[in-house]
Amino acid sequence: MTAVEDRPDAEIGQSRRRKEDHHLITGRTTWTDNVTLPGMLHIAMLRSPVAHARITGIDAAEAKGRPGVVGVFTGEDFKDAQGSLPCAWAPDGLVNPNTPSIAVDQVNFAGEIVAVVAARSKNEAQDALEAIGVDYDPLPPVLDMEAALKDGADLVHPTTESNKIYTWEFESGAAGTGEPIQEALDTAEVTIERRFIQQRLIPSFMEPRSTVVQPVGDGITMWSSTQIPHILRTLLGVTLGIPEQKVRVIAPDVGGGFGGKIAVTPEEVLCTLVARALTKPVKWTESRSESLLAAHHGRDQIQDITLTAKRDGTVIGLDVHLYADMGAYNRLFGPSVPVLGAFMYNAIYKFAAYRFVSEGVFTTKTPTDAYRGAGRPEATYAVERIMDELAHELGMDPMELRRKNWIKRDEFPFTTVAGLTYDSGDYDAATDKALQLFGWDDLQRERAERRDRKDPVQLGLGISTFTEMCGLAPSRVLGSLNFGAGGWENASVRMLATGKVEVVVGTSPHGQGHETAFSQIVADQLGVPFEDIEILHGDTQSSPKGLDSYGSRSLAVGGAAVVKAAEKVVEKARRIAAHLLEASEDDLEFEKGSFTVKGAPGSSVSMGEIAFATFLGHNLPDGIEPSLDADATYDPINFSFPHGTHLCAVEVDTETGFAKIRKYVCVDDVGKPINPSIIEGQVHGGVAQGIAQALYEEAVYDESGNLTTGTFVDYTPPSAADLPGITAERNVTPSTYNDLGVKGVGEAGTIASTPAVMNAIVDAVRPFGVNDIQMPATPERVWRAIHGQEKSGRAEEGTNAYGGATTDGGAL
Amino acid sequence: MTKINVKVDGVSYSDEVEPRTLLVHYLREQVGKVGTVVGCDTSNCGACTVDLDGQSVKSCSVLAVQTDGSEVTTIEGLAANGTLHPMQQAFHDNHALQCGFCTPGMIMAARDLLKNNPNPSEDEIRQGLEGNLCRCTGYVNIVRAVQQAAGAKA
Amino acid sequence: MIPAAFEYTAPRSVSDAVSALAEAGEDAKVLAGGQSLIPVLRLRLASPSTIVDVGRINDLRGVRDDGDAIVIGAMTTHDAVLHDALVHQHAPVIAQATATVADPQVRHRGTFGGALSHADPAGDLGAVALALDCEFVAQGPSGERRIAAADFFQGYLTTALSPDEILTSIRVPKLGDGWSSHYEKFNRVAQAWSIVGVAAVVNRSNGGIVEARIGLTNMGSTPLRARAVESALAGAEASAEAVGAASRHAADGTNAPSDLSGKADYREHLARVLTKRAVLTASGV
Repeated sequence: MTAVEDRPDAEIGQSRRRKEDHHLITGRTTWTDNVTLPGMLHIAMLRSPVAHARITGIDAAEAKGRPGVVGVFTGEDFKDAQGSLPCAWAPDGLVNPNTPSIAVDQVNFAGEIVAVVAARSKNEAQDALEAIGVDYDPLPPVLDMEAALKDGADLVHPTTESNKIYTWEFESGAAGTGEPIQEALDTAEVTIERRFIQQRLIPSFMEPRSTVVQPVGDGITMWSSTQIPHILRTLLGVTLGIPEQKVRVIAPDVGGGFGGKIAVTPEEVLCTLVARALTKPVKWTESRSESLLAAHHGRDQIQDITLTAKRDGTVIGLDVHLYADMGAYNRLFGPSVPVLGAFMYNAIYKFAAYRFVSEGVFTTKTPTDAYRGAGRPEATYAVERIMDELAHELGMDPMELRRKNWIKRDEFPFTTVAGLTYDSGDYDAATDKALQLFGWDDLQRERAERRDRKDPVQLGLGISTFTEMCGLAPSRVLGSLNFGAGGWENASVRMLATGKVEVVVGTSPHGQGHETAFSQIVADQLGVPFEDIEILHGDTQSSPKGLDSYGSRSLAVGGAAVVKAAEKVVEKARRIAAHLLEASEDDLEFEKGSFTVKGAPGSSVSMGEIAFATFLGHNLPDGIEPSLDADATYDPINFSFPHGTHLCAVEVDTETGFAKIRKYVCVDDVGKPINPSIIEGQVHGGVAQGIAQALYEEAVYDESGNLTTGTFVDYTPPSAADLPGITAERNVTPSTYNDLGVKGVGEAGTIASTPAVMNAIVDAVRPFGVNDIQMPATPERVWRAIHGQEKSGRAEEGTNAYGGATTDGGAL
Repeated sequence: MTKINVKVDGVSYSDEVEPRTLLVHYLREQVGKVGTVVGCDTSNCGACTVDLDGQSVKSCSVLAVQTDGSEVTTIEGLAANGTLHPMQQAFHDNHALQCGFCTPGMIMAARDLLKNNPNPSEDEIRQGLEGNLCRCTGYVNIVRAVQQAAGAKA
Repeated sequence: MIPAAFEYTAPRSVSDAVSALAEAGEDAKVLAGGQSLIPVLRLRLASPSTIVDVGRINDLRGVRDDGDAIVIGAMTTHDAVLHDALVHQHAPVIAQATATVADPQVRHRGTFGGALSHADPAGDLGAVALALDCEFVAQGPSGERRIAAADFFQGYLTTALSPDEILTSIRVPKLGDGWSSHYEKFNRVAQAWSIVGVAAVVNRSNGGIVEARIGLTNMGSTPLRARAVESALAGAEASAEAVGAASRHAADGTNAPSDLSGKADYREHLARVLTKRAVLTASGV
C-alpha cells in the first residue's frame, strides 16, 4: 500500500504504471475468443475465392450432413433478414448500393462471405466448408480506379450507373476561407506537381476479430472485438430490426484496433442471425489469413497534388485531387475517410488558396475504411513530400522553407485556408528541440561527406512538421459534413458508500490505457487515491452512453466529459459538506479531497466521509437526494490540433537498394500531458506504423483481383529487428478548447512519420536524379529508382490498380 | 484420438486429442489456458509462444501429440506465489504493452532470450525477438523492459 | 486455421519409420520439426492422409565426428546446430546461415534435415550444403544410400529422396587449413525468406584464391552452384577487383523467380552484389 503522504501533489503529469497491465502480463485475459458458453456453436465462413462473379448455384446438402454440423446458411436464407450494412456518412448524391453481409446472387470481392456453417466444434465447422459447392459465373474484375471511372467501364454493382460513389469538393474562394485556387494556379511563379500513391494497407491489429452472440429472450448479448460497442449496438439493432434496448454489446479485452475495428461487420450481423435462427450461442473467430483478406483495409488513394509558390519560397496555392478506393462497398466510415483529410492538406502552412476534390470509387477489392489516422496521414504525406520537392526546386533548405511558411507562435489562434481555427502550438520550439536532439548539423556533414566520396551507402535526412485535427468531433461540424452521428462523449462518476469511486465512460479502449489516465484525472478532481478509482467501460449495459474510441478522441473528448462529471460530484459534495460542517458553501475550500471551512483549519470533511454520509442519508440538507454521483455529456467546441517535428536519418545501400533507418527523433506537442509514459508509448507505436507504410507494408492484388499478400509471410508488419530506436520527446502548449488542455496522441506518430522516412530516402538518392519513390520503398523499388527505372505513374494495364507490386513483379 | 500426457504449468494432464490438434488449441480449449493466444496461421507473429521442455516454441506450429511426455510452461505459469516473474514486472514497469495481445508470447520469448544470453545488447534483443510481432508499442519499451530484466538478473 | 484430419504415427526407430512410410503409401508426409509442414497443413495447402513423425527417433539427433567429415543427424534442431562445437570448428558457415533461419522459436523446433528435405529454394541451408559439397544419407526399404548435394535438389520442393525414404543424416566434409567461408543473406524483414542468399566457401593460398565454391539461395527452383563464378575465381587474386569481376557471372545459368520481393533481373543483380560481398568477406579482404 502506498501511503497517502507519499502521493504526488497531482496525479496528472505522472507516468503512472498502468492499471490495465496485470491481467495482460499474467494471461488472465478476457479476449472474445476466450468466451465459452453452454451449448455454444462454432461458426465458419465460406468466402468467395473470386473477385467478381454471379453466383449461379450453391450446394450445401453434403455440408449439412457432415459430422457435428447444426446449420448451413447461404444468402438465400438471410436475404431479407440481413438488411444492409450501414454507412454513417451520407452526403447528397452518395451512391450507396445495398451492402449485404452475405452475398445473395453476386460476389464483388474475393473474401466476401457466401455461406456460413454452424457446428458443434471449430474443427467440424471448418471441415464442412470444404463440402459446400458454389458455382460462380465470372465477371470482369474492376481493379484500377481511373479505368473504373471511364465511360463504359465494367461495373462493380449492376444497380449503379457508374463506379463513382461521390465527388466531394472544397474550394477556399467559394468557401470564403481564402483566395480562389484558379488565380493561384494561373499566376504562379513556381508550380510543383506530383502524383503520390497511398498504397493499400491492412490494419493488422494483433488480435484477430472474434464475435460471440448469445440469444437472450427476444434480444441478444454480443461480445465482439470492436472499438465501437455503442455505435455497434445502435446500428446492429437498426440493421436487423432488433429494438435497441434488446441489444447488449460487450467489448471485453480488445487486442488493438487502429481503426480496423471501427465497423459493423458482416460477421457480427451473421453471427446474430445464426444465433437467433438456431436459438443457440455462437462464436466466430477469424484466422489471420481470413483477417487480412476480409477485415477492412485502409488508405488506397491516388493523390494528384499541385503546389504553387513565389520564387522566394512563399507558398500560395495547394490544389488536391484524390481518387479514393472504397473497394466493393461503402462501409461504416469508408467514404468519409478522405474527407477527414480534407482540412489537413494545408497543414501548418499559410496557404492563400486551397482546393480539395475527392472522388470515391468502387472496385472489386476488400472494402476500405478507417486505418490509424484516416485521411490525415495521406494529407500530411502529400504536403510534407511536396514541400521537400519545392525546396529542391528552389534550392532552399527544406526546414527553412517550412519555417518561412508556417504559422508563428504569436499568430494563434489562426484560421486556416481550410477554415479550421488552430488554437495553439509552437512549431519553432518543437522544431528547435528536435533538431538539437537529432544532431542535425553533424548528420548533414556526414551526408555531404558520403556524397563527396560516392560512398555506396548514402545518408538521407527527412523532415515532417505535421499537425492533425483530433478529438472527433464537434457534433455541429459532423452535422454540417453529413455524418449520421454526433461527436459528444459521456461519463459518469459515482461515489460509493466506502468512499471508493466508479467512473463509467463511453469511450472503449483497446490498448490505450484509459483506466489509468482517467483514474489520474479523477484522482485529482475528487482528491481520492488513484487506486480507489475503477473505470467501467466497454459494455453497453454498464456504460450505456457513449460514442467509443477512434480519432484520438478518448482523452480530448471523453476525458473532458470525465472532468465535467467529477466537477458536478464535487459541487454536490460541497452542499453536503456545508451542511455537515454547518457552514456556508461559499466559506468552503476544496483541496486534496477535503472541504475545509476557510479560517477554521480544524473543521473539515473528506469526500469519503461525505460519501458515507450520503449513503446513510441520515443527515442531509433538505431537498438533497441521497446519492453522490453525476453524469456529464460533453460536446467539444472544436477539434484539437497536436503537432510536432519528426526527423529521420536513413542509410541507403545504393548497391542493393536497402534502406535502413539510422536515427529517428520526434518532438510532439500533444498539449498538457496526463501520463507521459502512455504518450510516449502511443508515439512509439504510431511512428512504427508510419514507418511500416513507408518501408514494409502493402496489400497487393493480382490481375484477377485476388489478394496475394494474404498471410504475414507476404504482408509484412515489421518486427523489433526491423525498426530503429525512437527518441520521442515533447513540447507543451495546452489546448484551449478543453479543460484538461489535452490534444490527443493516438494517431500523431502514424500521421507524422511516413513522410519523414520517405523524405529521407528520396534525399539519400536525390543525387541519382530521383525525386520520388513509391511506397513501400522496398529495396527493389529504391534500386530501380537509382537506376532510372522508377515509373512515375502506373503499373501496366491489367496488373494492379495503381502500380503496387504485382505477383509477376510487373510494377516497380 | 490419441492419448497424451502433458504437464502444463506444473499440473499433469492426461487427455485424448485428435492428431491434428495444435498445441495452442489443446492449451486453450482442453486445458483452459486461454492466456496463450493465436495471432496468425503462418508462425510469424509469435503470440502463441510457450516454453516446451525448456525452450521457447510457437505453440501454433507444434502438434499436441508431439508433446506427449513433455512439460509446457505458459504465461499463466510464470508468476510464482503471486510474485510476478522479473520479465512480467519489467514489462509493467516499462509500459512495454498496450493492447496486450502479443504480450504473453513476447514475455515468453524475452524470457527465453535472456536464458540464452543474460546480458544482450540492444541489437541482440531486437534480433532475439524477431519472431514476435507487436502492433502497438513500436518495440521501444519492450527493448527497455528486456534490458531492465537483464539488469535485474545480473 | 486447423489442419484437415490425418492419421498419425510416431515410430521410435528409422526402420519402423521406413515401414510406416511404406505402409501409409504416397499420401504420407514425414513430420520433422514441423516448422514448414505445420503451417502448410494449417492453411490446408496440403492434406496428407498420414503423418509419420520422426521426432521420437533419438538416433536422428546430434552431430558427430567421423574422420574427414562431421555427420549432422537429420533431426538435429537448428538451435542445436547453432550451438554445436563441431559445426563451429569444421563448418562455421552452417552455423552462420542457420542463425539467419526464421526466428529463435522456429529454430528450437525446426531441423537441419527437415529444412533440407523441404527443399524450398528460398531456404538458406541448401546453398550452404551445395557449397560444402555435403552428402545426404537416406534410408529406405532397400537400405541406406548416399546422395551428393549436387544431386539432392531436383526441383521446386523436390529432392532425390523417394517417397519411402527418410533422410537420416548429412555428412559435411571438414574444411581444412586455408579454407574460409561466409553466408550473405538479403531479405526485406528479419524473419522473411531470403530474396537472395549467397554461400561462399573459399580456399586461399599466398594471397590468391585456389578454389571457391559458391551456393545461391532463391535464384531458381532449387539452390544452385554459381559455377561460372567458381571458374573465374580459381587461381584469381583475392582482391576486390578480381572478385568483383568474377562475381559478374553470379547470375549466369540461373533462373531467378519473380515475385513480390523482387523481379528476376533485380535478383540477378543482387546475386552479383552479394556474391562479391560473400567472397570478399570469406577471403578476409
